[in-house]
Order: sequence, then structure tokens, then C-alpha cells
Amino acid sequence: MESNEQPKKGTISIIVDIFKRSAGAMLVPVLAVFTAMLVGALVIWGAGGNPIAAYIGLFEGAFGTARALSETTVWATPYIFAGLAVALAFKGGLFNIGAEGQLALGAVAAAWIGYALPDVLGVQIPGFIHLFLVVVGGLLAGALWGAIPGWLKAKTGGHEVINTIMMNYIALNMVSFLLNGVMKDPNPLNVIARTPLIASGARIPAIIEGYRFHWGFILALVVAFFIWWLLWKTTLGFEIRTAGANPDAAKYAGINVARTIVLTMAISGTLAGMAGVIEVTALNYRHELGFSQGYGFDAIAIALLGKTHPLGVVLAAILFGAMRNGATRMQFMTQIPVDVIQVIQALILLFVAADAIIRYIYRIRTSEERMVLTRGWGG
Amino acid sequence: MELRRFAFIALIIVVMFGTIVAIGSSRTSPGILIVSMLATTIAVATPLTLGALSGLYCERAGVVNIGIEGMMLASAFFGWFAAIYMNTILKMPPLLSLWLGVLAAIVTGGLMGLLHAVLSVTFKVDQIIGGTVINLLAVGISGFFNRQLFFEKGSIFGGQVPHAPGTLPAFHVPILADIPVVGRIFEQQPIAISAILLVFFTHYVLFYTRWGLRTRAVGEHPRAADTVGINVARMRYANVIIGGLMAGLAGAYFTLESVPSFEPGMTNGRGFISLAAMIFGNWSPFGAWSAALVFGAAQALQINLQFFRELIPPQWAFLQQASIVGLVPYLLTMLILTGIIGRTTPPAADGVPYEK
Repeated sequence: MESNEQPKKGTISIIVDIFKRSAGAMLVPVLAVFTAMLVGALVIWGAGGNPIAAYIGLFEGAFGTARALSETTVWATPYIFAGLAVALAFKGGLFNIGAEGQLALGAVAAAWIGYALPDVLGVQIPGFIHLFLVVVGGLLAGALWGAIPGWLKAKTGGHEVINTIMMNYIALNMVSFLLNGVMKDPNPLNVIARTPLIASGARIPAIIEGYRFHWGFILALVVAFFIWWLLWKTTLGFEIRTAGANPDAAKYAGINVARTIVLTMAISGTLAGMAGVIEVTALNYRHELGFSQGYGFDAIAIALLGKTHPLGVVLAAILFGAMRNGATRMQFMTQIPVDVIQVIQALILLFVAADAIIRYIYRIRTSEERMVLTRGWGG
Repeated sequence: MELRRFAFIALIIVVMFGTIVAIGSSRTSPGILIVSMLATTIAVATPLTLGALSGLYCERAGVVNIGIEGMMLASAFFGWFAAIYMNTILKMPPLLSLWLGVLAAIVTGGLMGLLHAVLSVTFKVDQIIGGTVINLLAVGISGFFNRQLFFEKGSIFGGQVPHAPGTLPAFHVPILADIPVVGRIFEQQPIAISAILLVFFTHYVLFYTRWGLRTRAVGEHPRAADTVGINVARMRYANVIIGGLMAGLAGAYFTLESVPSFEPGMTNGRGFISLAAMIFGNWSPFGAWSAALVFGAAQALQINLQFFRELIPPQWAFLQQASIVGLVPYLLTMLILTGIIGRTTPPAADGVPYEK
């Protein structure tokens, strides 16, 4: 009889164990968010507002109606992709500050293939193939923009933080040049730096008519699961994590560290590029200047709040998306400027990164090792 | 500086000045063109020079600072706000208001520096993340208070931006500014002049004083410094706060010297160009300054080309676009980092928290 019961107990205790572990892992992030909201409330109160009314407005704006919920997923989608990009690089011991540029280039490449390729080739491209080309083109652009700093790091030792920052601005200047010049929507009524609309065949149709909720969000969840599988169930994932945790040990274990660095950055860039591709194919059907302002830096906060775990990243991205989305209603109802959300998000990053503050306030024992992310410019 | 890199910088400057002379010489004499380019270059290089000095103090002491951009932005806002507050609410004379604004900007920068020091020295947070916190926070608080203080109903200025007290008046450098033609270069606004003085001052402090020696020791080999009795944490705190003050003065340039207004996000990446200038200049004050001048010259070229719009051959018309000239600092910095044009050597302990 005992042998019959034990496996049952075993499964239950495993589930309990997983819950305990994830509750333990989530404790600091949850308290960090709570503390940041508390400080945010003080800022709102100090500026003469009512924090409770503001947060009610924020919540209603993010989850109150079906439309609000739909808009929250729209905000969360690029955050998930960009957050995964940064988190994956962290796992590989690399700091990708370049998600912003990778995203923008992915979007521009996708938009160009989407509106111009049929004319350039002079042929009618069937919808499905066209969409495929748009997606692949956008992802390749992102991958390339990620792989270059990876390659520079592997070859010359140039620190990826500096190179990704530089490449952000190179990308943003290039995109601005293109969208104000050759790629600008030629419609005589248009004064905005944006591309023409992409061909209707290359668009991903809406899921529910009248709502902006789109397939990109579902794809983001699938990709998050894929990244988890890649990191923990494949050889490549093992190599990425080993090279990240201890490059010297990885070298002695026979892992080609230089190749792993380039690959990690390329995959990271692809993920960021995906955020841009989805914006073009599933949401706006064009690329507009200024779409991506700030996603790259927010993604760092999201990756850290999610403890660089794909599931954590998804939750953190939804939280950030909800805040950004709900902020508009908050401002409408209480006249508290939307910018307070950015203050709260910066504070979340602060409390997650300086978890000693949180542990001190709430008297939590230190249980895990400190995360070492960068090792200085000298590399 | 290595000869190879010096030659490289000289070449870029010659190319840029050559371009403006080649295009404009049919209408204006080359001498006047070069003087005008130089004057603009020094002016627009001001925030880059100060930003690079900000990074220099921090990194020479072993603390990486990618938060220069945020420090500048927050200081630009609070300096501007203070100047308007003094002028409109407290009815102070414009010039005094402006100078108090500069002071407020510097204090704001110092406080941001203090935050960076608390995070990176006391809590040993990853310094790149500490810088990111500062950048995000600066965008948030400057945007929040800009809307809250100026545009909300019932705000202290009654819901509209009051008339700003203008910008800091140009300073006439005695004797030098009286030289015909060339004198124009020495007709600069006060923050531009202080930036240059601070380059010399920083060089002196870093390499000829006990303080500088200790700062460099803490950045190169904190354990050795600790062993001989230098307080590593205190040196790092002090230098990061000084770095913050520099970034604060750079912020004041935007709203009190360059234009009399504030726009959200108006620093527009110049904090990161400063970081690039510091790296390009190989972590030395004069190197950083020359890099800031190179990057400034690129911007000056684009500004001065506007005067000769119709003289520019169509195939070179793209040079007038800010986004093309904007590429220069970033591309050059990446090139430098590859090691093709001489090696760059950051302080050995740069970015590494010190564990006793």
C-alpha cells in the first residue's frame, strides 16, 4: 500500500516545493513593487494629489474594461520581447543595452520589406510568403544589430555595454534619416516621419474585430516558453548559461566561448527585433519615428524584476504594460501627470537592484548569491 | 595621447573644417569661416566636455557612470525651474535668478551623484544598473514636475509657463576677445568658459595633487589603496558626487545658457556622447576635451552648413541632416574600442565594487 501512496505524496510535495520556491523567488520583486508604489504615493501626495484615487484610476485604466485589458496586452507585447532579449543576454553574462536600436532596426526592415519589396522586385508576392519575408527580414536586422557588439566583444574585447549604447544611437539616427527621407510616406497630407502602410497581405489580422489585442501577445507567450526551453533543456542553453556564469570554466569544459557570446547576442537581438516586427505586422502596419522611445531601458528593469527568468519577464512585462496603459486614465481622472509612472518604474528597478534595501526594510534573510552582471569595462 | 590617435583626431578636424571652407569659400573668406566654426564648436562642445569630466571623476575612482544623461536632464530641469521661480515668484533680477538657477542645477547633479554613490558604493549594485536607475528616474521626475508645476490647473505659475529670465550673457575675455577676427572665439558664455577651465583644473587635480593620486589608486587597485590607509568608500563617494556636480553644470548649459526653455528629453543623448568622449579620450581630461571638440565640430559643421544651403552640391545635401552628423561620435567611439587606432585602457578596477 505504501508504495502506492508514496508517488502521490511525492507529486504533491514537488508541487508544494515549486510553489515555495517561486514564492521565495517572488518575495523580493513583489515587495520592491509594493515599496516603489508606496514611494510613488508619497510623490503624488507631495504634489498635491490623492494617491488612492490615482491608483484606483491606474487600475481601472489597466484592467477595468475589456478594452483596457486589450490595451494592456498591446503595451505588454513589446515589453515581453525586449525583456526576454535583455534577460537572455544576462543569462549569458552579457549586458544588452541595445534592445532599443535592435527593435527600431527590426521594425524599419520589416516595414520596408512590407511596403516596398513587391515594387522593387516588380512581382506580386502572395500574402503568406510576403508576411514570412517581412518577419524574417525584421528578425535578421535585429539579429545583426545584436551580433555586431557580440562579435566585437569576442574579437576585440570591446565592452558590449558601450558598443550597444553607441549602436542604439547609430540605429536611431539611421532610422530618423530614413523615415525623414527615402522611406517617408509620400502621401501629400503626411507630415510625420513614418513609412507608408505595408501591403495588406503581409499583415497579421486582428483576433477580435474592434480591439487592438493581437496575435503578437500570444506569440510573445509562446516565445517566452521557447526561451525557457532553449535555456534549460538544450545544449546551446547550457553553453549560454555556463559561459555566463563562469567563462573560464566554460572554456575548460570545451565550450567555444567566443561563438557562444556572438550567438547569445544574436538571439538577444532577434528577440528585440521581434518586438519591432510585431509592431509593424500586427499593430500599426507601418513604422513611425518615436515608437520605440524608452523600450530598451524599460526592458532592463523588466528583465531584472523578472529575475531574468522567462516566466518572471512575462509577469513583469504585463505589470509594466498595465502601468503604462492605466496611466492615461489616471491622469484623466486625477490630473496626476502620467510621468509619475516612470518614476515608480525607476524606483522598482532601484529596489530590485539594491535588494539589500528591501531585505533591510522587511527583515528578510539573504538566501541567494548576489547576481554579478558586469565585470567592468576592462571585460 | 598616442601619436597615432592624435594624428587621427587632427585628420578628422581638418576634414570637417575643410568641408565648410570648400563649400562656403565662394561667398565668405576662409578665415571668417574657420573662426565661426571654432566659436560654434567650443559652444556646442560645452555639455560634452562637462559630461566627459563627470564620467572621468567617477571612473577614475572606479565607478562606471552611464547615468550622465539622466544627471544632465534632471539638472537642466531643476536649474531652469529655480531660475524661473526666483525671477517670477520671488521677483529677483534676471541675472541673479539665472546664476541661482545654475547653482540649483549643480546641486541637483550632486544629489544624483550621491544617489549613484549610495547604490554603487554602499549597496554594491551593478553600476550599469545604477546608471540606468538614474536615467529612468531623471526622465520621470523632470517630466512629472514639468507637467505638475507648469501645466496643471492650480500650479504655482497658474497653469502656464511664465516668461523665462533669458540666457546667461556672453563673457568678453579681456584682451583676447579684442583681437580682430579671431577675437570672436573668445566671446563665449560663462558655462562654456568654465568647462575649459575645469579641464585644466581636473588635469591638475588628477595628476598633481594627493587627492588625484588617491583617486587614481582607488580606481586602479582599491585593495592596495586600502592597505596604505586610503578610505576607498569615502574617495569613491566624493568623486562620484563631484562627477554629479559636473553633470549638473552641463545640465545648466541646456536651459540657462543655450536656450531659455525646457523640453522633456532635451539632452537628447548628449550624456551618452559625453561617455563616448571620455572613452575616446582614453580617460584623460585633455583627451576627453579633444574628443568633445571633435564631436562638437561635427555638430558645428552641420549648423554652419545651414548658411550655405544653396551652395551645397545635391549629392552632398545629406550632410545637412542632423541624423547623419549625429552618427559621427558613435561610429568613432566604436572604432576606437576595436583597438585599430591605439589601445584604450580604462582604470583597472572600473566598475568593480570593492569588497573589504
